[in-house]
Amino acid sequence: MAEQHTVKAFDDDINRLRGLIAEMGGRVETALEQAMTALVEQDYKKAKAVVLNDERIDALESEVEKLVVETIALRAPMADDLREVIAALKIVGVVERIGDYAKNIAKRVPKIGDHRTIEPLSLLPAMAQIAGEMVADALNAFAARNAMLAEAVIARDNVVDSFYNSIFRTLVTYMVENPKTISECAHLLFIAKNIERIGDHATNVAEMVYYAATGNYLPERDRETEIES
Amino acid sequence: MSARNVNVFYGEKQAINNVSIDVDTDNVTAFIGPSGCGKSTFLRTLNRMNDTVASARVEGEITLDGEDIYSSGMDVVQLRARVGMVFQKPNPFPKSIYDNIAYGPRIHGLAAGKADLDIIVESSLRRAGLWEEVKDRLKESGTALSGGQQQRLCIGRAIAVEPEVILMDEPCSALDPIATAKIEELIHELRGRYAIVIVTHNMQQAARVSQRTAFFHLGNLVEYGVTSEIFTNPREDRTKDYITGRYG
Repeated sequence: MAEQHTVKAFDDDINRLRGLIAEMGGRVETALEQAMTALVEQDYKKAKAVVLNDERIDALESEVEKLVVETIALRAPMADDLREVIAALKIVGVVERIGDYAKNIAKRVPKIGDHRTIEPLSLLPAMAQIAGEMVADALNAFAARNAMLAEAVIARDNVVDSFYNSIFRTLVTYMVENPKTISECAHLLFIAKNIERIGDHATNVAEMVYYAATGNYLPERDRETEIES
Repeated sequence: MSARNVNVFYGEKQAINNVSIDVDTDNVTAFIGPSGCGKSTFLRTLNRMNDTVASARVEGEITLDGEDIYSSGMDVVQLRARVGMVFQKPNPFPKSIYDNIAYGPRIHGLAAGKADLDIIVESSLRRAGLWEEVKDRLKESGTALSGGQQQRLCIGRAIAVEPEVILMDEPCSALDPIATAKIEELIHELRGRYAIVIVTHNMQQAARVSQRTAFFHLGNLVEYGVTSEIFTNPREDRTKDYITGRYG
């Protein structure tokens, strides 16, 4: 971390902000992890807990928003401090969305029922693990003001996209062959899409972190993997 | 106005190291930096106020419209009319409001007669944003005005001699927030007509009023650039540490 501020209370505010975002990130990672476990193990109780815990994530978002407004009003942050505070405000909005996706996955668990035989199901946890790591790394990059770590997150989004395409094609094939499973497969497709979106959001967070850390924007990147739909 | 490789010494001690900078009428330029960084010293070289300090010595070149202001042919009184200055504490003459403004035009022979002088006084006070407040009391003493009004009177006095550059050395540090806001609004109004350079300890003020900011540290010009860039993404670590409050 850069040298401390002359006004120590300012450092306290910044540290509190980082603490709140770290907590929010931790909760979102857990939510995604538990939603996936609930899906694989068909654990409805766990799925319900994910839905309920989302409230705390939303509350953290409001808390960060309030602290950011206060910090801008009372401390008038400048340069990298200003960029960090603004990034924090934007990041929590995105992290809250990621929490919603995890919640959405959890809500589908009871609807899928016990069709454990559907083959693409085996790919989903691996995909979710990568997306979850991207979220964790993006937030670690924020805490450490580490632009390189942020860039590494962005590079991994293609892996998640490839997973999605693979799952999409497999599920479509599966549905054609087993029309009775269409309803369950549709849920799995949405789950795959949610995870794909989580990867995109982690990428957005990483881009914000890169700007906060360096003051420069990353050049627009080409998606190496076209999303099926 | 342009400064090239300017060094300033007080006796043996060097206060300014090789500073080069240009200021123009399109932009308000703010000089910021910690106490003793040389920003006021440098400001004072721009209209030769340091001439009055016996031990001060200026090297390098400072030009106004291409003319070297330190050349032997330069009339210092004329120079200070062209490059006006406003100080930290308002310093109106102990004369009437009218005479405070009329003083410069009189000694520089800018008015053809009383009617002409009246016009200059009114237009200067209008440009200084003071006319409406004082038009019925022009004969009252300038020192009877409030601090903020006195400071605007001093700006009006500088404007009255049609300067090209106005130097302001912490013009708001003795004023309350309302009076400060009025001066800042005035600076905004005057931009484009005069090249304005303001020294300020208040970084928010520098951010609010200027389009260019120069950061001085230990007699060096560390960074000079677009104000919005300096305050959001400074290139130099020393600038960043200062504006974010990590300095020292």
